[in-house]
Amino acid sequence: MIELVCPAGNFPALKEAVNNGADAVYIGFKDDTNARHFAGLNFNEKILPKAIDYAHQRDCKVFVAINTYPQPEGWLRWQKAVDMAADLGVNALIMADIGILDYAMNKHPQVSRHLSVQGSATSYESLRYYQQNFGIKRAVLPRVLSVSQVAHLATQSPVELEVFGFGSLCIMAEGRCHLSSYVTGESPNTCGACSPAKSVRWEKTPNGLESRLNNVLIDRYDDNENAGYPTLCKGRFSIGKNTFHVLEEPTSLNTIAILPELDSIGIKAIKIEGRQRSPAYTQQVTHVWRQAIDAYYKDPEHYTPQEQWLNALNKVSEGSQTTLGAYSRPWQ
Amino acid sequence: MKLSLGPLLYFWSFDEIKQFYQSMTEAPVDIIYLGETVCSKRRSLNFEQWLSLAHEIKDAAPDKEIVLSTLSLIEAESELKTLRHYCDNGDFLVEANDMAAVQLLSHHEIPFTIGPTINTYNAQALAIMQKQGLQRWTMPVELSKHTLSGILADLDRLGIKDDIETEIFSYGHMPLALSARCFTARAHNLPKDQCDLKCIDYPDGLQVKSQEDESLFTLNGIQTLSGLRYDLYNELAEMQAIGVDIIRLSPRSKNMLDIIHAYRQKLNQVPDQADNPYQIEDNCNGYWYGEPGMIQTNSATHSA
Repeated sequence: MIELVCPAGNFPALKEAVNNGADAVYIGFKDDTNARHFAGLNFNEKILPKAIDYAHQRDCKVFVAINTYPQPEGWLRWQKAVDMAADLGVNALIMADIGILDYAMNKHPQVSRHLSVQGSATSYESLRYYQQNFGIKRAVLPRVLSVSQVAHLATQSPVELEVFGFGSLCIMAEGRCHLSSYVTGESPNTCGACSPAKSVRWEKTPNGLESRLNNVLIDRYDDNENAGYPTLCKGRFSIGKNTFHVLEEPTSLNTIAILPELDSIGIKAIKIEGRQRSPAYTQQVTHVWRQAIDAYYKDPEHYTPQEQWLNALNKVSEGSQTTLGAYSRPWQ
Repeated sequence: MKLSLGPLLYFWSFDEIKQFYQSMTEAPVDIIYLGETVCSKRRSLNFEQWLSLAHEIKDAAPDKEIVLSTLSLIEAESELKTLRHYCDNGDFLVEANDMAAVQLLSHHEIPFTIGPTINTYNAQALAIMQKQGLQRWTMPVELSKHTLSGILADLDRLGIKDDIETEIFSYGHMPLALSARCFTARAHNLPKDQCDLKCIDYPDGLQVKSQEDESLFTLNGIQTLSGLRYDLYNELAEMQAIGVDIIRLSPRSKNMLDIIHAYRQKLNQVPDQADNPYQIEDNCNGYWYGEPGMIQTNSATHSA
């Protein structure tokens, strides 16, 4: 059965994920060792053991993301994060940096190693590299691949594959995007932050509501428009005289319609994005996906996404509309 | 320090590419990287033609090192197939720009270099690859001189500093991001599969500005580059002092020879403090100083 892997930015969210049927939750520490290093989010040393106990007592696995890239000054902190998670008995470590993967393999060989999406493995040769050198058990695939590419990968993959099923859509190959540090100085790879909140400024002006990132104008909204978080790749910029969403319009990924396809090509786990979202989001999304997966296995032949699931998911989506993202590639 | 000419990032015609590299044969660069690194649909030169161009340059300028540079985002089986040709070429060193290339090269025990889109942020990662055949690395563009110093000190402690050459992307629009989507096609309202190879119309990429006319990015097919050109001309002495081996200059369609000559002269005259002769308004150096990449910082205030 396909595994449902849900996000938990804090203990209440973790409880929601566990209680609503997640097979595994993924979490991070309260620092830049993980790719959702946001203020007020994540787990410290005190809470973590309780959270792990809570999940394990209810048969839910715990994965810890240590998936940013340490620079020399951070190396010991990243090592410590690996040690702490391993000592607390987590089920897997999600990592991207090969130095950290190597350290975890040698120091804590008993803890499963997953390649983070930040490792950006988009081919089976790349997967082989991580499997042969660091013994990864599973890889999370970047959201840039189409379903047919994922299927082809799955036939050749030396490891289990986990794909994103729902949440914010990264249009760049994860782990290979420096747009954020170019404008703000902080990036997912270095700091676990993309378009960080501390660089955001909102301003009501005669031209409309303006969002800025480190003073760079990202978007400008009329009164009748919904304003979205100023993630760099979702801004409205200009090419010549045209002003439009040059890279991407704010939408969310939703693959609930292709669940049978993902299962038939051998995908091992579905990952829900959104550790930065509220416990209510985790509750809602976990609940719907649990229902969908259970419905599918109960009667695979007649599986169809139900209206109420889609409505529930649309309510918590960014930009209030969902797409299949790269899986279907309407832009191809 | 050596000067290198990085791989051509843009899409030029066969004639333009041949002409460009013909002029580079006599240019004072020590290393030339050749090959398509951005989009597998760009076929002005196929693998055999890149290889024969490599031989032509090598024959005309035997003292230059030629490296074959490979695709930065490998998704399709056809791309793996081409990649295998590059890796098995037998004559020239290969630059890996995706982990698939690192796998093919290391698995077959072929020495290799890595470009700036391979994520190496610490000496431990470099040490692992060094055992697998890594000879040279180009630092990811978002890293600073502070991080570089730390990495080089760690490599020294690990006893492998002399076994790995360090190259720094020093001039040109910086490769910032890769996507499965084609943004140049999107700008023309075309699907990726019917892109009409629009990139050919933009020999230095397609400029993206904010609604306040501030340069932000440069679109180059599936790649997003910085809006401003990175320029570490005024930081050359500092790079030499830290222990950088190679300065990478990224090809542009116009005045490339002027830029190479300016860098070469500056290298020959260190510690000459002459102003950058081609300095124009759209340059930046923030990453080197640990600042947002698009910032232009006055190096004098930092070295003080």
